[in-house]
Amino acid sequence: MPTKIEKDSVTGHMTTGHEWDGLKELNQPLPKWWIYILFATIAFSAVYFVLYPSIPYFTGYYHGTLGYSQRDTVDKDVAAVVKQRSGYMDRIRTLSFADIEKDPQLNAVALTAGRITFANNCQPCHGAGGGGSPGYPALAAGNWLWGGKLADIQQTITFGIRSGLDDARQSLMPKFGAEGGLKPAEIEQVADYVMTLYGQTKGDTAAGQKIFADNCASCHGDHGEGKREFGAPRLAGKAHLYGDTREIVVAQITNPRMGVMPNWNTRFDTGMIKSLALYVHSLGGGE
Amino acid sequence: MFIRHETIEKNAFLLLILTLLVISIGGIVEVIPLFTIETTVEHVTGVRPYTPLESGGRDIYVREGCYVCHSQMIRALRDEVERYGHYSIAAESMYDHPFQWGSKRIGPDLARVGGKYSNDWHYAHLINAQSMVPESLMPHYAFLAGTPLDTDDLLNRLTAQRRVGVPYTDDQIANAMADLRTQADPAADNAALLKRYPKAVQVGHGNTVTELDALVAYLQVLGTMVDFADPANENLHQ
Repeated sequence: MPTKIEKDSVTGHMTTGHEWDGLKELNQPLPKWWIYILFATIAFSAVYFVLYPSIPYFTGYYHGTLGYSQRDTVDKDVAAVVKQRSGYMDRIRTLSFADIEKDPQLNAVALTAGRITFANNCQPCHGAGGGGSPGYPALAAGNWLWGGKLADIQQTITFGIRSGLDDARQSLMPKFGAEGGLKPAEIEQVADYVMTLYGQTKGDTAAGQKIFADNCASCHGDHGEGKREFGAPRLAGKAHLYGDTREIVVAQITNPRMGVMPNWNTRFDTGMIKSLALYVHSLGGGE
Repeated sequence: MFIRHETIEKNAFLLLILTLLVISIGGIVEVIPLFTIETTVEHVTGVRPYTPLESGGRDIYVREGCYVCHSQMIRALRDEVERYGHYSIAAESMYDHPFQWGSKRIGPDLARVGGKYSNDWHYAHLINAQSMVPESLMPHYAFLAGTPLDTDDLLNRLTAQRRVGVPYTDDQIANAMADLRTQADPAADNAALLKRYPKAVQVGHGNTVTELDALVAYLQVLGTMVDFADPANENLHQ
């Protein structure tokens, strides 16, 4: 039942005039500070609505009086940082590797840029510090498939290996087993011989040696020393791209794995690729 | 106040009208922009529907909850653009149902992972991520390599996508199974596949088509469709 609106004697608040079984409801409005903040945010939204992009039209949208655009902003931010770095990066891009290395400060900048970019992009395959893993060459050890000079490294990073680009490093090892170039028994024999090249096994492997000379030596060299112009790995050394167990050697002759390295020229400019080359070169295997 | 609270509270009809008014304002604000969504999609060249194999891989991606840790949205911020590449644009996910933008990044953003690593790397990494990246937290998905891709409902899936606006042509639907097999066999002639689906990457080993093959095919196309170096695609400010 409605009752008279009156001052509650206990709390000092006014009542609302509602009463249920003798219980009266107090009128306690929202605190003033809360109300004012609510009105302030409404006012803020109205201002924001005018200043910034806020409402879509059926074609396009309202751009706001400030003309703010996130995409313009990021373009400007990127352009600003490119400009900020250009003092160094332009020189890295235009100078020869020899000239970059003569300038200790410029060289340090290139190595730092290369290190950070390597960690983000190259490390997933080549490992931290270029340690490598089976199928992904170690870069720190000097066992280069395609050459370890700075210009070679730059070429490899720019165009990749079997990346599909015309300028990419290309090599093709025949599938001696899968395509029938060698019989399974012959593959076993040549595998025996290959394993003697790096001292894994010993014994009479004359038959394998003959097969090797006929089929493999033209790319891998007469003594398995490898030929970089074909990207043919050195077989005689300690390091092997896919492993040195008999099983892996046989598998590689039968149906070779041929790794792919992406080209990076679409992701990085020349200055960054040269920085990467300098960093990779500095890991311990550079020539 | 012009209308006192008591007046509204004591007048059920007025309360109903005002309630409906407030709710419809909220609804309109959310719904109206969707009518103009077409105008927010940039006009760029290169975006195409997924190949049957990529589409299957996308289903695996969603099924396995890859989006729980990986976003596919490079934000228009300098550090993101420097790390991942060009910021994502709406046109790149206009054929995604649903899109995979996300904001949760336990793993890195994948919007431009296509072509960043070799197929072999993806296989090894999905089977055992720590074999490639020792500090990785990613679970192993080796079982995908042993699970043949379910292609029984392939045509239905493509047709369903077409019904919601993905422009698969009759030619693409008719050749779906052939395209799927071609893409999953690197030794196969892919001229027809590339004509229907430019930039499709062949994966697998020519044996049974596994869920892993499909997933790698999908990952390898992410972010590669639009050529941002093409001047025709320069103006992205609608």
